[in-house]
Amino acid sequence: MARMKFLCDAERCIECQACVTACKNEHEVPWGVNRRRVIVMNDGRPGEKSVSVACMHCSDAPCAAVCPVDCFYTTADGIVLHDKDLCIGCGYCFYACPFGAPQYPQQTAFGVRGKMDKCTFCAGGPEIAHSEEELTKYGTNRIAEGKLPLCAEMCATKALLAGDGDIVADIYRKRVMRRGGRPQTWGWQAAYGQDA
Amino acid sequence: MSAESELKRRQRRWRSMLWSLVAILVLSVALPSLGYVMAQQFYGAEREFSEDRATNPRSDMWRDAREGQGGFTTQTGPYVTNTLISNVGENWRQIRTGPMTTWGGWFLIAVPIVIVLFFLVFGRVKLEEERSGLTVRRWRAYERALHWFTAASFIILAITGLSLLFGRTVLIPLFGPQGFAAYAQGAMYVHNFLGPVFSVALLAMIVLWIRHNIPNRTDWQWFKQGGGIVGKRHPSAGRLNAGEKVWFWLGVVVLGIVVSVSGFVLDFPIFGQTRETMAIAQVVHAVAAIIWIGFFFGHAYIGTIGTEGALEGMTRGRVDVNWAKQHHDLWYEEVLSSGEQPVSEEALKKSKADRQAGTAAGQASH
Repeated sequence: MARMKFLCDAERCIECQACVTACKNEHEVPWGVNRRRVIVMNDGRPGEKSVSVACMHCSDAPCAAVCPVDCFYTTADGIVLHDKDLCIGCGYCFYACPFGAPQYPQQTAFGVRGKMDKCTFCAGGPEIAHSEEELTKYGTNRIAEGKLPLCAEMCATKALLAGDGDIVADIYRKRVMRRGGRPQTWGWQAAYGQDA
Repeated sequence: MSAESELKRRQRRWRSMLWSLVAILVLSVALPSLGYVMAQQFYGAEREFSEDRATNPRSDMWRDAREGQGGFTTQTGPYVTNTLISNVGENWRQIRTGPMTTWGGWFLIAVPIVIVLFFLVFGRVKLEEERSGLTVRRWRAYERALHWFTAASFIILAITGLSLLFGRTVLIPLFGPQGFAAYAQGAMYVHNFLGPVFSVALLAMIVLWIRHNIPNRTDWQWFKQGGGIVGKRHPSAGRLNAGEKVWFWLGVVVLGIVVSVSGFVLDFPIFGQTRETMAIAQVVHAVAAIIWIGFFFGHAYIGTIGTEGALEGMTRGRVDVNWAKQHHDLWYEEVLSSGEQPVSEEALKKSKADRQAGTAAGQASH
């Protein structure tokens, strides 16, 4: 069985935010909830790099380990999903996640957050695939249609890769071998000089 | 002749062995160095490493990301963070699912067992003399109301809080995932809304009773004599004995404030506190609360089945004179010197009936 993974090639990502927009539009994600975001390191300085981050669908997911109601489950494809009917909105998965993936519709006094929402790898949730409940709670289910996550499918520079971890790793390995591991031989510095 | 030549031959053999050893040592250093000398000769001195062997200029960026440094993001929302990798989560997870649940769980099982064993071995501290039938007032009505409100909310907060920590292990096998999730949702809201109210009651308790809890020399004597819990002797004590003062200072004041402040950090995530702060606050909150619950078991035991005649001071507000003499002799003297007289049950009933008649008459006259 495939083990689904995301990989963002920081040498290709151009911070166009298409993955973010695609995700929000596809799943009708409410305002203030961000399943995917682009983080720019050294913004505005030479060597600036951007990485698109969402749920990494960890093999040993910290969110699942700390959940008091045990609402997380891993599909046969290695996708980490959660059951919003069980979620109590305690916020523990948000503390535990290294990538800041868990989101909530509210942030108010007395710890009222609402149900947690996060990237589903476009695989919906525990409801029947393509049902109205699944659509409203978790968004569309592209995996059930045999399609990969829309963010990666939309990526213009093919920086964001999604799919079977082995295939994603092979694609990335071939890229590295072709362009060389050191970006100074082909990247910004090669084009504009070492000091640029 | 032959002996002399034999000696010479042996000397020669030694000499040749020594020289070959020296030669081996010298050559083992000199021969490999030859390569360096030749490299200097043929390739020139100290060659610069080629550009492709320098460190990856991206390595610092990834190092920063791994260390939890923030970047820039255009997305906005209450839970959007600008860090690629937050390191606190995995550490918090290790503590919470590791020592906090295992040690904490065993501690909460061990304390009641120790108390039961203590009860079986030493039994209850009985009144040495029969009840006199005369009582004095120990706690006023508002003090009792405050105590029982705090006690009831403490127990509710403890049960709901422990449900969130241990429910997954203990309660999901009993109720099933749906049943437990429904309970946990309610438990979380009860905990989150009752917690701040409890903190206010706790603060009132501290303000109200701090004057009874100032440590003095009598407390030292009380400790030296083991509080009279074990054995026959009964050390002197004022209104509150040293054991009660320890519960006040360590339990109510220190643990109470630690649990309340850390709970406030978790309960009101509206002041911009980070995940790091909240994860640390959760550890502090849970560990302090578990210790406090263990301490509470002791307080509840001593105040109820552990000591004959103690509970009525907090339920009715009055204690028997002989209990007062036995446990709080100095306080009893103070009560007498303040002019209050011990009252018998009949007199109490009579005054109560008089009061009711009075109010009834008062109402009738209106």
